[in-house]
Formats: sequence, structure tokens, C-alpha cells
Amino acid sequence: MMTIGVVVFPGSNSDHDAYHVAKHVCGQNARFVWHKDEDVSGLDALILPGGFAYGDYLRTGAIARFSPVMKSVAEFARRGGPVLGICNGFQVLQEAGLLPGAMLRNRGVKFLSQPVHVRVERVDTPFTCGLTAGDVLTMPIAHGEGNFYLPDAELDRLEAEGRVVFRYTQRDGRLAEAANPNGSARAIAGVCNEGRNVVGLMPHPERAAEPELGSADGRKLFEAVIRALVSV
Amino acid sequence: MPKARVYVTLKKSVFDPQGKTIQDALRSMGYSDVEDVRQGKYFELALAGSLDAARARIEEIARRVLSNPVIESFRVEVEP
Repeated sequence: MMTIGVVVFPGSNSDHDAYHVAKHVCGQNARFVWHKDEDVSGLDALILPGGFAYGDYLRTGAIARFSPVMKSVAEFARRGGPVLGICNGFQVLQEAGLLPGAMLRNRGVKFLSQPVHVRVERVDTPFTCGLTAGDVLTMPIAHGEGNFYLPDAELDRLEAEGRVVFRYTQRDGRLAEAANPNGSARAIAGVCNEGRNVVGLMPHPERAAEPELGSADGRKLFEAVIRALVSV
Repeated sequence: MPKARVYVTLKKSVFDPQGKTIQDALRSMGYSDVEDVRQGKYFELALAGSLDAARARIEEIARRVLSNPVIESFRVEVEP
């Protein structure tokens, strides 16, 4: 059985959802890791959950990245441990330099809370292994700053390295301007690091992991990492 | 005690959704000569120590914490 760590910052609000899916939906061990703790020993995977860490004051994720736990997260990632950043967790990983890019305000300026469709672009990460490239997952987004930005040259490099993991599409998997809710560059909804073990995405898999919630697609990311860890 | 002002703005190449919304609002109010609006952040800091030490310290803080180099640039003014 795997033990999945869920990092808790002051202001995290999806920590219990992630814990619930890991423990009760997927039947694994789960453990909260307070942001002042530096001990991540015994954990097989780490999740940085959604929310508003430190109230998102200054910038999203900007203060959280200096939390004591982030040194341990970086070390865990450096050793190849699987790390998933969801929404605010993704923003924290960007601020920490563990994932590329930065988030601008949504194109339409409004906070968006709605279901979206994302196409799986890469299945060579621990959170998408076992899925099929081209699969379309339905999950909710809930953010004000999810407008993925990188300069064009760096976007080209990211694409060439196969590090775009999820893209906003229509339900049928086709790209469309209207299906890109926040104006993200190249409809990017999720990316990975060079080592491919750190993944971040703006949609919330932990809020769409049971049929009662309208979609169970998010469960597939949790099952993927369990699969990845078993095969190690 | 040295005082510093730090201005953080989005890089010119980066689209500013907030600035664009403000510009649209201004134009709809009749300020049709407003051709561009860029929104940014402004910080005032007071530091202990010498002016030179403060200057170096503020540069570091602005680069490392107050701005995100992917999307933002900053300008620092320090005075005694």
C-alpha cells in the first residue's frame, strides 16, 4: 500500500478532498504534511493541493514557496519522487521553480468555477501513465489566475520536450478558442518538469473522483500514480 | 532609516487582463484618448542600516520575492 502525503499550507482548501480520494476512494494510506514540517520520509508521493495559500497575498503561491516544507518537496522531487500540484499547488510549484511558467489573471479577469475538458497529451508521467494520449477528462476548475504564460521561445521548447501534459479542449478533444477558459498560452492546462516526475495542472482531479460528483475522471490521476509506484 | 520604493510591473511583452479591463472601462466612460493601461504593484519598505546596505538588500528582496521574473520586472528607488 502506498502512502500519499498531502501538504497543508495556511489557506489550502482542497487538502481534505485530496486526502479523501487517496485514502477512501483509492484505498491507500494518506498523511497530511503541515507546511512547517520538513519530514516527508515514508511518503511515496506528494500532493500540493488547491486553495489560497497565505491568502495568495503578493502573488499566488509567492509566499508559500518559502515555507519550510518546500525544501523537502524540492529534495523529494530531485530524487524522482512523484509530486502533483493542483491549482494553487501548481502555482506554488511554479513560484518554487519546480515547474515552468507563471499564471496571469484569467483572460476575462473573472474567477472561474466550472467544469472543463482537458485532453491528455502525455502518458509518460506518473500521474498519466496507463491513460491513453488523446483521452479527454472532465474536471472542474476554480481559479482567478490560471492563464498560463511563458514567452513563445520557451513554449516552443516546452512543446519540443513533450512537457505539455494537459490541454483545454472541447468534449470531443478538439482545440477551440471557446474551450480555453482562461486564455492560457497554447491552451495549456498542465505541464511537467524535465524529469517528468513533477506535474501541475489547474483543474481539480480530487473534486471529480466519484460519480456522485458528476465525473470520476479525476480518479484516474490518483490511480495512475499508484500504478506508477507499484511498477517501480 | 533608509526608505525604498519598489515598482513591480508586468513585462511589456505580457498581456495585462486587468489593465485592459480598466482601459475598456475608461473608454466607455468617455476617456477615449486612453490608449493603454498597465496595472502594477507598489511597495514602500523601511530598512535598518546604511543606505548602501539597504540598496543591495532591496534589490535582492525585489528580485527574489516581490516580483516573478517570468512575467514581471521591477524598479527600485532608495533614499536616506
